[in-house]
Amino acid sequence: GFHLYHRLPRLMPESCILIAIGALVGVIIFASDHKSPPVMNTSIYFLYLLPPIILEEGYFMPTRPFFENIGSILWWSVPGALLNSFGIGLSLYGVCQIEAFGLSDLNLLQNLLFGSMISAVDPVAALVVFEEASVNEQLYMMIFGESLLNDGITVVLYNIFIAFIQMHKYEEIESIDVLAGFARFFVVGLGGVLFGVVFGFVSALMTRFTSNVSAIEPLLVFMFSYLSYLSAETLYISGILAMTACAVTMKKYVEENVSQNSYTTIKYFMKMLSSVSETLIFVFMGVSTVGKNHEWNWAFISFTLLLCLIWRTLSVFALFYITNKFRTYPFTFKDQLIISYSGLRGASSFSLAFLLPDNLFPRKKLFITATLVVIYFTVYIQGITIGPLVRYLDVKKTNKKESINEEIHVRLMDHLKAGIEDICGHWSHYQLRDKFKKFDNKYLKKILIREHQPKSRIVSLYKKMEIKLAIEMAESGVKMSKPSTTSSQSRRNQPVQRLSPADVESMRDVLAHNLYQVRQRAPTYNRHNLCTYTNEKQAQEILIRQQHSFRQSCRKGNSLPWGRQANTAEVRYLSLPQGPGQLSGRKARRVTFTGKGSAL
Amino acid sequence: EDQVNFRGFMRTLAHFRPIEDNEKSKDHNGPEPLNSRSNKLHFAFRLYDLDKDDKISRDELLQVLRMMVGVNISDEQLGSIADRTIQEADQDGDSAISFAEFVKVLEKVDVEQKMSIRFLH
Repeated sequence: GFHLYHRLPRLMPESCILIAIGALVGVIIFASDHKSPPVMNTSIYFLYLLPPIILEEGYFMPTRPFFENIGSILWWSVPGALLNSFGIGLSLYGVCQIEAFGLSDLNLLQNLLFGSMISAVDPVAALVVFEEASVNEQLYMMIFGESLLNDGITVVLYNIFIAFIQMHKYEEIESIDVLAGFARFFVVGLGGVLFGVVFGFVSALMTRFTSNVSAIEPLLVFMFSYLSYLSAETLYISGILAMTACAVTMKKYVEENVSQNSYTTIKYFMKMLSSVSETLIFVFMGVSTVGKNHEWNWAFISFTLLLCLIWRTLSVFALFYITNKFRTYPFTFKDQLIISYSGLRGASSFSLAFLLPDNLFPRKKLFITATLVVIYFTVYIQGITIGPLVRYLDVKKTNKKESINEEIHVRLMDHLKAGIEDICGHWSHYQLRDKFKKFDNKYLKKILIREHQPKSRIVSLYKKMEIKLAIEMAESGVKMSKPSTTSSQSRRNQPVQRLSPADVESMRDVLAHNLYQVRQRAPTYNRHNLCTYTNEKQAQEILIRQQHSFRQSCRKGNSLPWGRQANTAEVRYLSLPQGPGQLSGRKARRVTFTGKGSAL
Repeated sequence: EDQVNFRGFMRTLAHFRPIEDNEKSKDHNGPEPLNSRSNKLHFAFRLYDLDKDDKISRDELLQVLRMMVGVNISDEQLGSIADRTIQEADQDGDSAISFAEFVKVLEKVDVEQKMSIRFLH
């Protein structure tokens, strides 16, 4: 229902509705049973609910923009998460020392743990808003990258702190242990990534050989990703990061190898699983709101809320100030404001709160309540207002009324820029990436990808069209006519009429609906929709039309389509292919665009 | 001719270099650099102006529009859009858009940002 009624996503993110539903269910259970509603425990969450979400995020990640911005993303996520957790933890510890609030039994470690828990951000809701407002790619990637890495980092921190707490004597923690904690952080993180990469390669290798048994390909993909997660967890390294790395590595090669049906199956199944998990988590969250495991403490809760906001803003501005020195596309103040506002907490912090072991945390309920309050606040209030905020900040800059001229010319320039970027786009990156590509092409692809490539859709479409046109040509002879030229010439002498505003409006509508969208380099990320098909349709239309006009020009007997003939409208189109050799190049480009995955 | 050598390629791409801050304050004691706002606009203008008479006529505009727009629009609708475009921009009444008029129409648009690509960094 939520997705059908499409005005609703503009008002509030989906998480709101899910939580509301959960709360409703919780109320029903509570009212009928007087028993605590079913809750999650560690194994269910970490084994079943979390992996699909992570897998889906990793698999559908637009790899090229991610790696373009990887420096900034890493710099923002890792120190950002650390800064947030420690900041919130320490400040809360300071607050707890104040006797009046009755919180002085919360020691430093517990506060730090709480800080790390509560700084687990879930900005997917913010991402959806951004997509609608079509913010620039950099901003999008920052938040996306942050959400991806943040889960892993927070869980790692959480585990480290729990390990510390389990060393019962608080005073015995020496600096060596703190150092060990740091080292462990890095080992766990990097080890996870390496592990995932290895698994990704193995599974890509396996898919090379499955051309005869294509039915098990989806199974392979899922199984290997899940295996990477499980084995990483048993070795005490970060399963989340492992699974993410595995998905990213796997995707490129698996997509080439796997049959069309398997590919579709994988995509849809992944989306389905992750939607299910997310829904379940939010419902659990709503359910547990209604129950007896709460403890309310005004000071703690309000300070938590306040500190979350303050620290996020602080970390955003501090870190981005430094990052902007190194970036060529600096982030504006507006961008930073949006990023700091999009710190919506979500299911991860709630789950982590719920899974605190009871024996170590006498005041666990306090934590749960505080987490819930923060989640509710951020999801509802920030979630609902972030949409208008983004629109307000954007709209303020652009003009209200654009003339039709501006629309057309601006669109032309966008297309132009996209085209030129394609031509030279590969150069704007580091040497490292070129080296990786060469290595990739020479070795990896030979090992991991099959010999006979399955044909993609656009190639088969092209073939069909060729056949059709050949048949047409044989049937209709060489008769060609351009009826539009004569009419346009005769109209040239007519006086131009003034158009009424109503006509202008309708014109603007017509343009808005029919102007081709500029081809985006990165597919946008949306948890619930797969890539839109309108882009592909447009590409097909353009391709068909270009083929048609190229054929017409060929048939004219004049083999050079750029011959100057004043009476035909066959003036040279700058974008037309100029020879049959170029045609295949263009076709290949179409393949990489409409085909599967990002064009590296 | 139908070939592009490296110089020509470089010249074309040079139009898309972003305008640095220190270049803005430099006084123009030489020829204008290729990536100035005016030259960028001139590049876009030349995409329209296929017969190189320094004017965008209705036909040329129609051709470009036809390429940018889906197949659902009829020729008459496109024609009236082209008419309206020329009307808005045309100031000297010759039913064509000269370069100066083109520049004037786009004075509020952030051309520097739209036609800049950061490469080779």
